[in-house]
Amino acid sequence: MSSTVTPPPTTQGEGRPGGSQGGFSTQRRTPTGLLIALGIVALALGGLFILVTPVNDVWTFVIITGLVLAVLYGIAAFAFEGGRKGKDRLVTTLVWVSFAVAFTPLALVLGYTIWKGLERFDLEFFTTTMRNIRPTQDGGGALHAIVGTIEQVMIAAAISVPLGIMTAIYLVEYGKGRLATTIRFFTDVMTGVPSIVAGLFIYAAFVLGLGIGFSGFAASLALTILMLPTVVRSTEEMLKLVPDTLREASYALGVPKYRTILRIVLPTALTGIVTGVMLAIARIAGETAPLLLTSFGNPNMNANPFDGPQESLPIFVYFQATNPQQTAVARAWTGALVLIILVMSLNVVARWLASRNDLMKTG
Amino acid sequence: MAQRASEVASAPPPPQVVERGPDRTFRLLTLVSGLLVLFIIIAIGVYLFYDAQPALSANTANFWTETDWFPNEDPPFFGIAALVYGTIITSVIALVIGFPIAFGIALFISHYAPRRLARPMAWTIDLLAAVPSVVFGLWGIFYLNGKVIGVSEWLNSWFGWIPIFASDGTYGRSILLAGTVLAIMIVPIIASLSREVFSRTPSFHEEAALALGATRWEMIRMAVLPYGRAGVVAATMLGLGRALGETIAVAMVLSANFEISIRILEPGGNTIAANIANGFAEANENGRGALIASGLVLFGITLIVNVVARLIIYRKREFAGTTAA
Repeated sequence: MSSTVTPPPTTQGEGRPGGSQGGFSTQRRTPTGLLIALGIVALALGGLFILVTPVNDVWTFVIITGLVLAVLYGIAAFAFEGGRKGKDRLVTTLVWVSFAVAFTPLALVLGYTIWKGLERFDLEFFTTTMRNIRPTQDGGGALHAIVGTIEQVMIAAAISVPLGIMTAIYLVEYGKGRLATTIRFFTDVMTGVPSIVAGLFIYAAFVLGLGIGFSGFAASLALTILMLPTVVRSTEEMLKLVPDTLREASYALGVPKYRTILRIVLPTALTGIVTGVMLAIARIAGETAPLLLTSFGNPNMNANPFDGPQESLPIFVYFQATNPQQTAVARAWTGALVLIILVMSLNVVARWLASRNDLMKTG
Repeated sequence: MAQRASEVASAPPPPQVVERGPDRTFRLLTLVSGLLVLFIIIAIGVYLFYDAQPALSANTANFWTETDWFPNEDPPFFGIAALVYGTIITSVIALVIGFPIAFGIALFISHYAPRRLARPMAWTIDLLAAVPSVVFGLWGIFYLNGKVIGVSEWLNSWFGWIPIFASDGTYGRSILLAGTVLAIMIVPIIASLSREVFSRTPSFHEEAALALGATRWEMIRMAVLPYGRAGVVAATMLGLGRALGETIAVAMVLSANFEISIRILEPGGNTIAANIANGFAEANENGRGALIASGLVLFGITLIVNVVARLIIYRKREFAGTTAA
């Protein structure tokens, strides 16, 4: 314990730029004046960046300046407060900066997509298809793509939700020992299967193997492979949260196990399962790569998912974006905006459901 | 209810009821669905292997060492050397850029953010994972490419003497751009898993460190990081697996070629996944066989990465019950 009396920490006013910082040895605080100086240095560096690089918009300037200031502040704190305390401050700053750095692209992607997407966000976009529309032409719409996406995603959900829930029931209610662990393990591994590989597999086994050809249903099968593991794992987590007392009460009344699961366990976990399913749907609704190999894409309306190539929103965005014409690119942005609205609203509703769920604790 | 659960916990398990007809049927149904997962993984490997054979035997070049890709020619002539190189280099760049940020975010949310804000902030980062990759691709070409060109010119003018930053004067739609887009896409994956391990650090470890007078950073270094190391490694590998297999965003931002170049600022490069998406529509029967062969290689690489990552996670029992995105 040091007997030196430390003056109460003062928050502002005493430092002067380039002043007597050295005299603050007992102060152990970075002087405010230095902060101002650092701000000027950061502004200068931000400006310099704009000058030496061809990047020259306001946002880049603001971001660069902010980051430079944060890092300089951390270093100054390290230098002034010295040793352990300063290092702590430096890390704190870096950690805050890393969050800001990750937040930036999210804001940029969303903001830019909304800005660019609003140009063609009109009635025609939702009521017409790309039939007989050349890339250089105005107009055209994504009705065929929206229909395709809804059909493909719903079929994928109709297959993978029952399968996923049954698998989760096996893992929680029946599975023991090595087999259950193996299934759980490979379900996790399956989440890491690249979507393009799932597409290739359905192409090889279904489109080519059974000779059925490209169709929306083939796309649904590829999406099922991607959706299944997510549904299994989220449902499994929910079933585990159902208290054993509920099961025991049901057994005590003589209810068979399968009825206990179907009538007691599943309804109790329902909200959580729905949340997981919605997040899984949001995850597959934006998949593009597997659809290219299975439903191929089609500029015309094809409402029958079992016959012939079908368009979907992600494919629509991809094809329009690969055209250099401004009219096509504008359609791509609007398609992207619709896709983002779809995916984000699924996410928001799912989180809202989760926040109202009594079973789920924070985690 | 909750209190009673703990009282009952010590009681003997309910006697095993004899399984009657519908009970047995139901159990078998669930077992079959469970086995389907194993079946799909095996079927993917078998089908891709089987369908790749005709193209591989027609190939007149060495599949592993050839860099060119002409499977639609007669005779076909292709190899995956350049594609494997491009796949790995873009993913490595993604990790170099993305890992420190994801690590920082994970620490921020688990140990630095104000309590009330931590959950909304974690949620915001998770939203980044929800953005479809085709949107990242679109944004990558039309917005980020311009910024990356600027940064590339600056890097080249100051650090051009380092071989990877060398350039013949052309920039953009480069490996650096693809790596940056991939970095944005894998940050939420690495961050959410790492944050979960960090927040599972036993609080008495943290309190012990703080009681010894440690600053917050010292506490994290002494208590949190050693505890979470395996989890962070696994999370990073899962992020790597995602980057290796990401298709459409890379296919859109790269201006594809089949050369092995270490100049990450110049246009060019390609990855296995992007090549499948770009080449599929125009490929003939043999060309599609060749793409399937490359897909099999990608499947093998990502399978190994994922299995190792999951093994690390499963070895830490406490951590086995988490759903990874």
